[in-house]
Amino acid sequence: MGLQSRHLLGLQGMPKEDIQLILDTAVSFKEIINRPIKKVPTLQGKTIVNLFFESSTRTRTSFELAERRLSADVVTFTAATSSVSKGETLKDTARNIEAMKIDMVVIRHNAGGSAHFLSRIIGANVINAGDGQHEHPTQGLLDMYTLREHFGTLEGLHVCIVGDILHSRVARSNIYGLQTMGAKVSVCGPATLMPRDIEKLGVDVYFHLDDVLPSVDALNVLRIQLEREAGGYFPSLREFHRYFGVTKERLDKVGKPIAILHPGPINRDVELSADVADGPHSLILQQVENGVAIRMAVLYLLGTHN
Amino acid sequence: MSAKQTLIDAKGFARTVTRLAHEIIERNKGAETLGIVGIRTRGDLLARRIAHKISLMENISVPIGSLDITLYRDDLRGKLNQPQLKTTDILYDIHDKNIILVDDVLFTGRTVRSALNALMDIGRPASIQLAVFIDRGHRQLPIKADFIGKNIPTSFTQQVQVMMSEIDGEDAVYLVEEGENI
Repeated sequence: MGLQSRHLLGLQGMPKEDIQLILDTAVSFKEIINRPIKKVPTLQGKTIVNLFFESSTRTRTSFELAERRLSADVVTFTAATSSVSKGETLKDTARNIEAMKIDMVVIRHNAGGSAHFLSRIIGANVINAGDGQHEHPTQGLLDMYTLREHFGTLEGLHVCIVGDILHSRVARSNIYGLQTMGAKVSVCGPATLMPRDIEKLGVDVYFHLDDVLPSVDALNVLRIQLEREAGGYFPSLREFHRYFGVTKERLDKVGKPIAILHPGPINRDVELSADVADGPHSLILQQVENGVAIRMAVLYLLGTHN
Repeated sequence: MSAKQTLIDAKGFARTVTRLAHEIIERNKGAETLGIVGIRTRGDLLARRIAHKISLMENISVPIGSLDITLYRDDLRGKLNQPQLKTTDILYDIHDKNIILVDDVLFTGRTVRSALNALMDIGRPASIQLAVFIDRGHRQLPIKADFIGKNIPTSFTQQVQVMMSEIDGEDAVYLVEEGENI
């Protein structure tokens, strides 16, 4: 029993048994977060530092809740309130925090590889909460958990990731994780937002949403970062919505239910129309609930393993 | 002395379950206010057997639940092998119920301590009574069972193995010398 690694840095190369263990463990935690007293004493006496160099509401809140519900002591640094804004390097920040005797670090950073870097220089367990355009493993895990809960299994499922694949760490974690678990993954988006050689990851690439819809079981719709419009990746948000927006009209034409996931925050009526986001096949709020259970599972598995 | 000694056989097992059920009903003057909670894994199976007996005797169905105490253990950090986490399944409101907490073997008392904390996090029962199949002594905490299937003096290094047909293929209790795992 137990995970093979003492850090959670990404889903690339993570063994199937480890992913399975995290997903199974999260089932127990989902029961706990639905109790009147949503707290267990498991990580009592452990100190966890959340280092958020990039803004985040959902992920940070979700991690903090998960940590507190396991009775850990929690400190959160955000870029704006820390010495990073005074020019301190990541290495110095991390070493200084470690000198305060901490057990685990959750890090979000705009540079890919920052979590790996941290895991090499400090002794605490490191959890990647999103590093640049590289990976966001807990999001990948909670997406898989939500899909498994909805469909009963991931084996043989066809999931299409839609939108800005190029800048998306969520896409990468989903591709690695879902493929390990035996699901088929496709990607769909404008050519300008498609990474070169993405098909080498074993995914099918689509440039027209209507081509892929008939064969998919679920869509994972990514957020369009609004500043990308100014970057010239696509002409206008309206045009993006017309070609790649997931709308009720488009889904109705397929004639079968397609589950909808979105990592949030949603740009309503850009990548996802409001009636789909709030529709009967939307799993978006389940994703948020499951996110806390998944993070509790990861913290528990890393925090109690020697 | 043989390495593996039979303490209770299948017939004795059934009789002990019946006696525990009788004692529980007697002490609680019926079964109306009872809720039964077993500690996973074998305590849970025993709880089901006892609840079944009580239902037959009193003609009412007694609510059953199972408790996983992994997250409340005091030895999580020292363990070499991380225990498999299972779910707690108590689908009824334990508030104001007289809870019968069931486990197979009472030894150091640490499992029961964890279970008491776990139950208190779920609700506020009117009382908690402890029923164990085997009390083997060597308590490390001030904990005492209300209902005991059999008292068995043991040395600290021996193992008491409660076997149940649901998972072990037979109903029996064995005393095993240290290092001999079956």
